[in-house]
Formats: sequence, C-alpha cells, structure tokens
Amino acid sequence: MKTFVSFAGTALAALSLTLTAPAVAQSYPDKPVNYIIPFGPGGESDITARHQQPFFQKKFTEELVVEYKPGGGGAVGWSQLNDYKGDGYTWMGVNLPHIIIKPLQKDVGFKTEDLTTVYMFHYTPDAIVVPADSDFKTLQDLIDHAKENPGKVVFSGSGKGTANHIAQIRFDKLAGVKTTYVPFKGTGAAVTALLGKQVTAEWGYTSVGAKQGDQVRMLAVAMDARHPMFPDVPTFKELGFDLVSGAYRGIAVPKSTPEELRKQISDMIGKINADPEFRKRLENDGMAMLDVPYEDMDAFLKEMTETYTAAAKEAGVLN
Amino acid sequence: MLPGIDYFTAALTPLNIMLALGGVVAGTIVGSLPGLTATMAVAVLVPLTFAMEPASALILMGAIYTGAIYGGAYAAILLNTPGTPSAIATTFDGYPMAKRGDGDLAVTLACLASVVGGLVGALALLLLAPPLAEVALAFGPMEYFWLAIFGLSLIAALSEQSLLKGLIGGCFGLLLSTIGVADISADVRFTFGSKTLLGGIEVVSALIGLYCVPVLIELVATADRHLKVEASSRGFRLREGFAISWRGKINLIRSSVIGTLVGILPGAGGSIAGLVAYSEARRAARNPQDFGKGEPAGIQATESANNATVGGGFIPTMVLGIPGTPPDAVILGALMVQGVRTGPNLFGQEGSIVYTFIYGLFLATLLMLPAGLVIGRYAYRSIVTVPKALLVPTVAFMTIIGAYSIRNNTSDVVVMIMLGVIGWVLGRIGFAVSPIVLGLILGSIAEQGFVQAWTIGSATGDLAGMFFGRPISLGIVALTLLSLFYPLMREFYARRRKVKEENSYGE
Repeated sequence: MKTFVSFAGTALAALSLTLTAPAVAQSYPDKPVNYIIPFGPGGESDITARHQQPFFQKKFTEELVVEYKPGGGGAVGWSQLNDYKGDGYTWMGVNLPHIIIKPLQKDVGFKTEDLTTVYMFHYTPDAIVVPADSDFKTLQDLIDHAKENPGKVVFSGSGKGTANHIAQIRFDKLAGVKTTYVPFKGTGAAVTALLGKQVTAEWGYTSVGAKQGDQVRMLAVAMDARHPMFPDVPTFKELGFDLVSGAYRGIAVPKSTPEELRKQISDMIGKINADPEFRKRLENDGMAMLDVPYEDMDAFLKEMTETYTAAAKEAGVLN
Repeated sequence: MLPGIDYFTAALTPLNIMLALGGVVAGTIVGSLPGLTATMAVAVLVPLTFAMEPASALILMGAIYTGAIYGGAYAAILLNTPGTPSAIATTFDGYPMAKRGDGDLAVTLACLASVVGGLVGALALLLLAPPLAEVALAFGPMEYFWLAIFGLSLIAALSEQSLLKGLIGGCFGLLLSTIGVADISADVRFTFGSKTLLGGIEVVSALIGLYCVPVLIELVATADRHLKVEASSRGFRLREGFAISWRGKINLIRSSVIGTLVGILPGAGGSIAGLVAYSEARRAARNPQDFGKGEPAGIQATESANNATVGGGFIPTMVLGIPGTPPDAVILGALMVQGVRTGPNLFGQEGSIVYTFIYGLFLATLLMLPAGLVIGRYAYRSIVTVPKALLVPTVAFMTIIGAYSIRNNTSDVVVMIMLGVIGWVLGRIGFAVSPIVLGLILGSIAEQGFVQAWTIGSATGDLAGMFFGRPISLGIVALTLLSLFYPLMREFYARRRKVKEENSYGE
C-alpha cells in the first residue's frame, strides 16, 4: 500500500511537471551539468560556484560539476564558450566588469555580446579597507588626508581595469581627490600588502571584511543599503557619494542554446538564489545578492557598460 | 606542553587515520603523474569534503596535499620530469642517481627527506604560527622582486658548464613569462593574435615539455635501456637511506627551515623553496662539484624543503586568511563553504578544528613514510622493468593528459610539445632547460614586484628608499651577490691553484 501511494505520488508529480514545463525541457537536466569557472580554483568565483553546487543537486537531483579553465583573466574560457554545445549541459561563470572592459581594451578573442548571460546572481561590493590600527577612523579622515597629500594615499587592489580599479577612479572623481592605485595579482595579494602596511589602504571587497575580521576596518561599502554582516559600516551613498559597484558574477551559456532552455536555466539559478539558506551562506562570506534574470539582462548589461566604459576611459585603461 | 594536545586524541579517530592514510596514498599517486598537481588533487576532492566534519575534511585535504608534493619526486627521479613544479630541483641529482642504478635509493632518500620536511613545517605551524605570519607581512613588493632576482641568480650556480648559455636560457624563460595577458597591468602581450597564447605559457605544461619530452625523444632515439636493471632486488635500501639521511641531518634541517619560511610567503611556493634550499645545500657542501651529478644531498635539500612548504603555507592561510600556496587557496575556499572563518580567532574559537587538523597533518606526514616507501618501490620497479616499447607510449600519453588537464585546454598540449622539441634541440647544443624554467617562473614575480614597488615608491616620493632602504631587501641582495659571484670566485681560486702548481712544475 505504501509503495502504491508513493508510486502514485511520483506519477502525479511527473504528470504535473509535464503539464507545466515546456515541451523541450521535460527531462532537463537528466545528467550532470558542467559548470566552467574561467579562473583557477580557490578564487571567489570558485567559492560561489561551490556554494551553488549542493543547492543545485538538492533542487534538480543532478550534479553540478565545477571545472576550471583559467588563463588571461578569464579570456581563455570566455573566448571558447561558444564552441561548446548549446544543450544546457555547459554553463560558464561570467564576471563584470571583466567581460565588458577586456574586449574594449584589445582583441581578447571574444566580444561582450558573444556571451549569452542568463542570470547575474550576486556581487561582491567594493569597499575601502584599512588596517585595524590605522589612523583613518572614517572615510572623511581618509579624504582629508588625501586632499592634503595628493597622490600619496596608496591603495592596493586586485588587478588593473577591474572592479576595484574602476571604483577607485570613480571615487577619486566623486570626492575630488587624487590617489594612487597599485594593482596586485588577486585579492589575497592586495590584502597581504594592506596588512603588511605596504600601502595606506585597499580598494577591496566586503568579503575582505568577512575573511580578515578584526584585522581590518571597512570605511565604506559600495552598496545601496548596508550589508547585513556589517551593520556599522556606512555605504558610500549615505556619505554622499553615488557609488554602488563591485565584482558581479553570473552564468552564461553557449550562443547555440535555444531560447526556451536559456529561460529555464535562468529560472533554475533564480530558484537557488531564492533559497534562504543559500542567501545566508553568501552573505556570511561578505557577498551581496543580486537577481537579474535572462529577460532583464540586456538592459542591465547596457547600463553597466555605459558606467564602466566612462570610468575606464577616465583611467586611461581605454583609449 | 604542546598547545591543543587534548585535540591529539581527536585527530586519532579511526576515521581520521583512514582519511590521512587514504589521502597520502591518493596524493602521492596523483603527484607522481606529471601535470597532475597538488592544487588539482585537492580541488577534485573538495565536493567530497562537504559532507564531512571540518576537521576531518581538513585532514583529508592536508594529507592529499602533502602526499602530492612528495609524489612529485618519483617522476623527477625516474623520468627526469618534475611531477609537480616543487620537484624541479629534485631532477638535478635524482635522475643522475637513477641513471647509475641508484633510483631505489634516491626514492627512499626523497621519502625520508619529505617526512623530515613535513614534520618541521607542521611543527612550525603548531608552535609558531602567529609570529611567523608576520614574516609573510614583512615581505612587500620590493622583497618579492629581490627574491625573484635571487632565484634568477641561481642560474649562475646551475650552469657551470657555460654561464653564457645559462644566461641566454634564463632570458628565453623571461621572454616566455611575458606572453599573454599581464597579471597586473592587464596588457595583452606577444600573443601574435592567437587566442591560445592569451593565457600565457602555463608553467606546468612548460615543465612537462621541457623536461619530459627530451627524455622521451632520447629513449626513442637510442637503443639503451631507460634505467639500469639490478640483478637482485635490494629492498628499500632503508638502512643505507637512514645512514645517508643521518649524515645529512644539518642539510635536512636547514632545508626544512628554508622550505617553511618560503612556504609562508604567499606566491613564492614549493618550486622556489626547493631551488633556494638546493643552492644553499650546494654552497654549504664540501663537494659542490658533485651536485648535479647524482649527489644525495641535492635530493634531500629539495624534498625536505618542498614538503616543509605545506606546513609553512598553512600559517598565513590560517592566521591571516591569506592562502600561502595555490592548494591552500582551494582548502581555504572549502573551509569557507563549510562556514569556518579563518583568521586570528581561528586558533582560539575554533581551536578544536585547527589543532585536530595540525595533529592530523603530523599523522599524515608520518604515514607518508611507510606509504611512500611502498609506492616508491613499486614505481621504481615498474619503471625499471617495463619494456621501453611500453614505457614510452605510456609516459607520452601521461604527458598529454597532464598538460591538458592543468587548464582543460588543448592548446597547452601544443605548447608543451613545441617547448619539448625546443628543449631537446637546446639540450643537443649544450643548453640546460632549468635556467629557462627559472626565467619562466620567476619572470612574472619579478615583474609584478618591480612595477608595484616603483608605483608605490614614486607616489610616496621615495624610490631610493623603496629599492635600497629596506633591511630584508638588502639581505636578499647580499645573498644574490654571493650567489652570482660564487662560481666566479671558485673558478678564480681554482685557476690560482693551477697556476701555482704549474709554477712549481717549472722550477
């Protein structure tokens, strides 16, 4: 009897699925999905993918297999995305501002519009971080000091033409100061330089505040509202600077993926994003949630492209 | 009283012992295959650890890591190919030893040295982690620049046969290191419009190409057996191994300390640790001329140093939340997914996790002795006895898989083969490949350090102080000068002696 009930339940569930789901995707996914991270293991793109993994498996029963294709700051992976089959079983992580800035700089094997991004699921907000024992208690302290010593406030940050770098350029303009930005290879190296007092401050991310804890102090975060993990840290907006920025992460699929499947994948990522446990985990790492589904992607990317292009031109990263 | 000794028993649950043993065995096998690195071994395993307790997960990952670093020695000794970049300097004396029929002894020595290095690194992690983390922070861009230059100066020591050829090789390596999207300036350089070269020359596939392919070509081109076969089995040659290790105890300890210290520096890693320890061992030795020709002390230096980087690398990872080595980055990520926060509080609040892990690392390192000896014996026997017709295609297949799997990229295989042919041709005309590899690995570190130091120095208006006013920098500069002029000095004294002898004949 028990078996019969559960069998009936399964049958009913299957039936309702067939009725609601679009015809093409009845059984998707029915095998593991490859999720390519165009960076090496251990970075933030990897860690967020690792967070998604168990939730994907729980919700869609198949495995999400994380693979790496590092090189060229993501360019190696992105330039090859469209060579994969568009059958829904290859996903690739995409990052802003990388996919916008890089192709504008030089030919890096792909154009922004070559990438079919189906969902942007979170961002790591930019933040100004100082060592815990720094004399700069508030953002205003730092700005005052920078005004008196043009160019002498030295920021470490991750890479050139990256979220950190562009935030520095935008902020210098908004605050009317001139500071120096020193690119490092990755956030880890930028934090090391900060903790070792090689630099005055870091243009880093809220995740630095989460990872380094009371070794550091964040002066402001580039978010719309305060981060739940750091209720005492003001946003730039509160302090009068219109700056919301960070490293945005999303998922793209090969261009040949049919429209319906793109939407379906977008919905799936949205479902993971909606899980309160998943949100809590990402926020604990200092990240911020974002929900840009497939249908809103064009408008979102257009707006971001305008902002980034203007800032990058300012920085001389673009001609 | 050792800190957190109460957690020692926690580390000794049957499950943890099993994980440590399994991890060491798996790591050793993965590390022995050229191209499959410690980072990859750990990364592949991460999803498995999600379901485990954090301490057990850490023990498993630490065991794999330490095993993989040791495993790199097999290919280095038996095939002249570093299984991982950490084992580059192991090839210098390991392969000559294997060539003369002492491969089994070399593997045993590598195992003993790795255990010693691993224990020293783990001890530093247990007792001195917070103060040693400060060392990582004292190293700024300038220090990294000089450290890379110091590494490059080893070219002079490594290429005694022809300094000029060594320098040319080093420059070729430096040139290779500039290919692709620059790490910090994000410029696209020397890609000649090819997508393939965007990501630059991948170090591990370059290693496989430069070291392994020439060996394969020589195997095919000559009729000789790969390695000498000994008529009777000589066991592990453990007694001999212990005797040599005891004689080299100063070398082992010095190299382990070097390995621990270099391991603490994020971005430096096992390859630099091994090379620095090798060069110091050679400088301190009474018989420096034997190095590179099958001198056991060379293997001992590298292998103890690279395993010491494991414990050393965990120091900034755990104390500062900054990964010391690439595998540490993966382990840190896995911990974050589990909700464990690293940082200064980790040792207090999460003491149970940290100390259980550290004692687990000791356990794994000790288990490496029996496991490593047995696997090493098996690896040696199979490499020696397998017919060449089987060995060559098997190794060739492995090199391709290895080069491919680093970045899941077929173009890395093409680069590997091309560099292999270049390496073979260069070898025929008297160029060694190690200076090229040094240039390739150290070029980008030197470039980054220089650009950053220059930017900071110009911004603060103190360029001179930046380059020459920092004590650690000056120490490294002094070491560099010593290393550069050492071969010249020796040559000078040798010539003077010779002149004296000739004069005395004349009388």
